Amino acid sequence: MSGADWVPVAPPGVGHLRGARPFPQEAAAAVTDRTLRSNLTGATTRIRAKRDAAVSEVADWEQLREAGAAIKDDVLAHLDTYLLRLEEQVTARGGTVHWAADAAEANRIILELVGAAGAGEVVKVKSMTTQEIGLNEALAAAGVAAIETDLAELIVQLGDDWPSHFLVPAIHCNRTEIRDIFRRAMPGVDPELPDEPAALAEASRRYLRDKFLSAEVAISGANFAVAETGTLAVVESEGNGRMCLTLPRTLVTVMGIEKLLPRWADLEVFMQLLPRSSTAERMNPYTSFWTGATEGQELHLVLLDNGRTATLADPAGRAALRCIRCSACLNVCPVYERVGGHAYGSVYPGPIGAVLSPQLTGVAANPTLPFASTLCGACYEVCPVAIDIPTMLVHLRERAVAAGSEPAAERVAMRAMAWLMASRRRWAPSLAALRAGRLLGRRPPLPPPLSAWTSSRDLPRPPARTFMQWWDEEERR
Amino acid sequence: MTGSRDAVLARIRAASPPSARPPLGRVERSYRGPVGAGDLDRFAARVADYRAAVTRCGAAEVASTVAEALGRRGANRVVVPAGLDPAWLPADLEVVGDDPPLSTLQLDALDATLTTCAVAVAETGTIILDHGPGQGRRALTLVPDVHVVVVPGHLVVAGVPDAVARLDPTRPHTWISGPSATSDIELDRVEGVHGPRTLHVVVCEPPGPRP
Amino acid sequence: MRITLMVTCLVDGLFPDVGRATVRLLRRLGHDVEVPAEQTCCGQVQINTGYGPSALGVIRHHVAAFAGADVVVAPSASCVGSVRHQHAALARQAGDASLAAEAGALAARTYELSELLVDVIEITDVGAYYPRRVTWHPTCHSLRLLGVGDQPRRLLEAVEGLELVDLPDADHCCGFGGTFSLKNPAVSGAMLEDKLGRIAATGAERCASGDASCLMHIGGGLSRTGSTARPVHLAEILASTR
Repeated sequence: MSGADWVPVAPPGVGHLRGARPFPQEAAAAVTDRTLRSNLTGATTRIRAKRDAAVSEVADWEQLREAGAAIKDDVLAHLDTYLLRLEEQVTARGGTVHWAADAAEANRIILELVGAAGAGEVVKVKSMTTQEIGLNEALAAAGVAAIETDLAELIVQLGDDWPSHFLVPAIHCNRTEIRDIFRRAMPGVDPELPDEPAALAEASRRYLRDKFLSAEVAISGANFAVAETGTLAVVESEGNGRMCLTLPRTLVTVMGIEKLLPRWADLEVFMQLLPRSSTAERMNPYTSFWTGATEGQELHLVLLDNGRTATLADPAGRAALRCIRCSACLNVCPVYERVGGHAYGSVYPGPIGAVLSPQLTGVAANPTLPFASTLCGACYEVCPVAIDIPTMLVHLRERAVAAGSEPAAERVAMRAMAWLMASRRRWAPSLAALRAGRLLGRRPPLPPPLSAWTSSRDLPRPPARTFMQWWDEEERR
Repeated sequence: MTGSRDAVLARIRAASPPSARPPLGRVERSYRGPVGAGDLDRFAARVADYRAAVTRCGAAEVASTVAEALGRRGANRVVVPAGLDPAWLPADLEVVGDDPPLSTLQLDALDATLTTCAVAVAETGTIILDHGPGQGRRALTLVPDVHVVVVPGHLVVAGVPDAVARLDPTRPHTWISGPSATSDIELDRVEGVHGPRTLHVVVCEPPGPRP
Repeated sequence: MRITLMVTCLVDGLFPDVGRATVRLLRRLGHDVEVPAEQTCCGQVQINTGYGPSALGVIRHHVAAFAGADVVVAPSASCVGSVRHQHAALARQAGDASLAAEAGALAARTYELSELLVDVIEITDVGAYYPRRVTWHPTCHSLRLLGVGDQPRRLLEAVEGLELVDLPDADHCCGFGGTFSLKNPAVSGAMLEDKLGRIAATGAERCASGDASCLMHIGGGLSRTGSTARPVHLAEILASTR
């Protein structure tokens, strides 16, 4: 069915794509956390309304979205061609390109580069990819301190916590919780720090200013890489990205191999799609583009596979690699809104995470994620590159079933039902047997998994006659 | 080059066999959006939406407008990149040059930076620097806390596609839409983090009667 | 018009009144209603739970059962969604081109009830009388899978005596999601809790919808929480007269 079985996936034991417990267990625990739910509902409600306004302003949004999908599909169909073009351009302009088959190799390459620069401390621009590969832990193990400079990422780092959202890694925390983390863990912070967002932002400015001005090595991700020109881009808001990309002498940029755009002109599409889908603004405050070694800097570009080629190998799943990490699908997802990002056990949470993480790791390593959705379709509706996430979830459920990840009883029941339904003669007695349920009442002691239904809802009382019995007895001529 | 280049390329070719591919670069583009010269009213309004300061002036009034913008922030020591139109400089300004390049700490001690830009986008209120003449290297518009940027009207285009088309990909670019900001606390936007906390845009009308 | 009813397994087995209401309504509007005796189910539960390949026999059976139909109507957006978006695709995936073609052709003449009334029959005032305060939950599959727009609203607004009140965040999922409600009961329950709160805020006596499955979920929640509001299917409202 898919080629993903013969292309290596992201290896276990390094990085953050697999949770310790299955999604239903994590989710059941998270959903009882009232503070978490109120933090998430508040934030996602706000951003949803803003995004709707930002998108409805653009008359040709649907056309941009189609072009965005088509450009990314072109990249995925010709990934080797475009990667080689990118490598040629970056190299011609003084940069060095490194290829990492997986997280472990990427970490090894980066550690060597940091070691060669003689740095004991590096500043980091927020990057999902470096979270994916567990770079900070790898650096720490080698005695290198990694300073996260994005405000939310800093909150998460100081709180010894995990990111739970692409754009706002600390979306699960409210201002008071953030203030408490700063008071507890930020060196030199005002012990009377208030919880106003402006004061919290100011505290991070003060804390990080010296780090920026003295850092020797910066590590960044990339939102886009233009194959035609070798140009890399970081889209951000605070200016921490600009600081890291501009001031240190050595810049190491780590990106997944799917982050490419074929042509410079393609930016005209993505610089419209991304900001409005992400921070829900006409344009984000800052975007930096750089091509090769810039203004005397040393540039290293690390290209990461880590399960992306395995994803590419499944024609029904590869569109997940179109993703530009805008987080619009997280913000509209009713499941994400109730449980937050941690329940997904991967740095890629929410609807896109539910299709991406299992493909990067192989479905057998993440079998519950494709089921972490009601298939309501809100994610597909807002996706700026038109990833049909619901259809892909159903496809990955098929892969989970094929891998034998689902309970045997379910397999037997589903196949038996399908057999019964393929004939009215077989089906009618089973349906009529529901009538027995008339004796049970609305909250009968059902065996699992059916007991899950009566945990929060009553059962309907089965009718005395099925519709077809009624029709046959009264209406059929 | 280091690492698993050949292995990764081989995996890609196995995952997506070259024989089964559509033609390279086949993309339909039916989007259009605003094209051509940008409307200055719209540009100014959209810059202001980001809580940046905006002042509009005639071509002859740039120096006095800049003086007012700097004065309002008490900015006395101002770094000015090579290539900026000397007619835009207020007469009594203490201009600091960047040749030889200032250290990061020296830049941090200055009050403001004064530049122009390469192109600007009316639809999104965005200023784009390509760090060419009159714009300085990237650190110049990053480290000082006040950035005053003079945008001559003819540099304003209607939408993003026109801006991208005007830019030279071999140069570094910085796209600026308002002062530095964050939405990281409860997805609520607050201005003023690491980049310049004050952005003042001086929109210089083209000569001739206003439409 | 000769209209063939795809009654759906849930309506057949648990909510026959919805099917009877659909028959009554269509007949009142002067149409002939046929009910193929062989019909069973669209197979959506299996398909959405990852057993699509096992559901091929169900799809083949469905296509055969409705082979003679001119126009098919179902009082369920999500079953129509499965017919339209999944049947032909699964047949193709299994390499059965002729089944894919037949499933595709059947999908093109299968409609959800409000689509049939407003877009095909071109009627919005069906002469119904329903003197109650009603709020409308547009199901995810009607909104996003079928692209049903304001058709149900136009039908409800024309019902005599009916007071239609807006449901806040109406387009948010109720949390049913088929086997999702069994695999992730806590999350499903949390989504339901929020939906029930919004229904309560409207003060409506009835929560109406076009999908029996979501109504079973919402209705189960209303019953559990002791709410006085009751679930009602669109067909039941439109079939009601003085």
